[in-house]
Amino acid sequence: MRPQTRWLTLSACGAVLLCGGAVRVVAQEAHVDRLTGRAAAGKPLYTRYCAGCHGDEGDSRGENTQWIDPKPRDFTLATFKCRSTPSGTLPTDQDLYNSVTRGFVTTNMPPWVALTPHNRIDLVAYIKTFSARWSTAKPGTPIAIPPEPAPTVQGILHGRELFQRLECWKCHGAAGHGDGPSAKTLTDNKDDPIRPYDFQTGTRFMCGTTNQDLYRIFMTGLDGSPMPSFADQLQPAQAWDLVHFLRTLQPLKTPEATIWRAWFTTHGRELKPIGQEGGGQ
Amino acid sequence: MIARVVAGLVVVSVAGATAGPSHLPPPAGTISGKVTYTGTPPKMRPIDMAKEPACVTDHPTPVMTQDVVTGSANSVRYVVVYISGGDQGAPAATDTVRYDQKGCLYIPHVAVMQVHQPLEIFNDDPHSHNIHPLARVNPEWNKSQPKGAPPIRTAWDQPEFIPVKCNVHPWMHGYFAVLATSHFSMTDSTGEFSITGLPPGTYTVTAWHERFGTKSQEVTVAGSETKTANFVLTARPY
Ligand code: HEC
Ligand code: HEC
Repeated sequence: MRPQTRWLTLSACGAVLLCGGAVRVVAQEAHVDRLTGRAAAGKPLYTRYCAGCHGDEGDSRGENTQWIDPKPRDFTLATFKCRSTPSGTLPTDQDLYNSVTRGFVTTNMPPWVALTPHNRIDLVAYIKTFSARWSTAKPGTPIAIPPEPAPTVQGILHGRELFQRLECWKCHGAAGHGDGPSAKTLTDNKDDPIRPYDFQTGTRFMCGTTNQDLYRIFMTGLDGSPMPSFADQLQPAQAWDLVHFLRTLQPLKTPEATIWRAWFTTHGRELKPIGQEGGGQ
Repeated sequence: MIARVVAGLVVVSVAGATAGPSHLPPPAGTISGKVTYTGTPPKMRPIDMAKEPACVTDHPTPVMTQDVVTGSANSVRYVVVYISGGDQGAPAATDTVRYDQKGCLYIPHVAVMQVHQPLEIFNDDPHSHNIHPLARVNPEWNKSQPKGAPPIRTAWDQPEFIPVKCNVHPWMHGYFAVLATSHFSMTDSTGEFSITGLPPGTYTVTAWHERFGTKSQEVTVAGSETKTANFVLTARPY
């Protein structure tokens, strides 16, 4: 089909950064704070540090890719997991910069803190040359995150109801162990098997560590994976309740967990179980 | 105009093409025919919905897989037949294409639409689905739609055959067939299709099937005649 071919041609152009006048190659820059990243400066860094996994062409066919699970991101698809922007939209430069800085916990994607901030933003500019979508579309508008209310038992109970009603448990399991009824059959956008996040062992998320990061994760979804966006289903107050409930599933000494455990020892038995038969209330 | 009305009808009726309204001018041609296969197609299998009790109750007799639906005399259902060349560009239809998640199935299994045509996705089930169009040319997205949630309203910017899936229910597979043309049809259970409202001209007609690939042929239409174009796709087992 014609548009598809054009798209491929464009992204090939992006990869070599040498395109005849007819094709406009863009997205040669990236910006965070006062830093301006340039693709030309990012290219040698990419070849040295990233191409072994993400491939010279950004198509995730590096020499190490076959040994790696989950697979490195294929930048030619311009589909990214950690975004502040709605599902189906491009991430911001800041989002990509944060991913490169933070790395992806529990995967082979290392944190690149050893590189200077300027190196990292140059790399972001270069990554954006692998797909023409960066020239045809703008990054989405980051979702608004209102200030976090203090956690309460009532809020955590509401969050628990939402975990039941929105059926997070079908993938993540009733206790957040990553073992829900649909967990075994999940695949990502490359048909590779993928596991839901296990809250019982996980202390950090791939897309961050703070309560704000957690809010963002389920509101925007992890594009390319089975983890959907819930932005259309949750009011901000509900989303914060859900954040506070999710924190009680983790092996962490968070304020949420402390409040919850105190309440649970005396009232735990009143709770309905989460799951197919449960009301989760 | 005729073309658009007819296109709308094709989209709404799952069974496929019907003749357009007869009272509208000007005279226009029709390309119709039948899609069959050679070779050995995979067998349709009953879907096991045990993971979703509500959907098991919805279907007293088990539903069969829908990616390859064959009928008598080797006919193939859910083949999108469309004008891929020779067409004058038409503005996107404004009528809304409806896509339902019902009884843990996508209805219709393949929804055909034009670029920029409004699409509404409904969840009619008493539980959640996540709707995950695995687009490559268009942006991929993935949204949860719990029971009772309002329809998701969207549209696609680029022509593409987009696989759609629900990650919660791994047997749920469908397609959005997003076309540049307003002239298309989808084969019914007898493998028949009919593309109406064609101004005189020479067209490339393409038949697309999610498993059996595509075939094209040239057809010239003069005046208000009906030309026959049959397609034989090569069946591939899984
Ligand atoms: C050892 C292999 C490896 C190397 C080297 C590597 N990555 Fe990755 N990278 C990965 C993997 C694996 C993922 C996907 C993790 C996942 O999907 O869970 C990933 C994902 C990413 C993402 C996706 C972020 C998102 O939100 O989807 C970006 C951006 C990225 N890497 C940038 C880089 C950059 C820049 C470099 C070089 C400085 C680099 N990577 C080097 C393995 C690697
Ligand atoms: C269709 C299955 C499915 C459903 C439903 C689902 N998730 Fe997920 N979720 C996943 C998968 C798979 C991952 C892991 C993605 C990855 O590794 O790239 C994940 C990851 C996550 C993460 C960790 C992300 C990170 O950065 O590490 C959080 C938090 C999360 N989900 C919360 C939720 C919440 C809250 C709900 C319900 C409102 C929910 N999920 C519903 C499949 C699902």
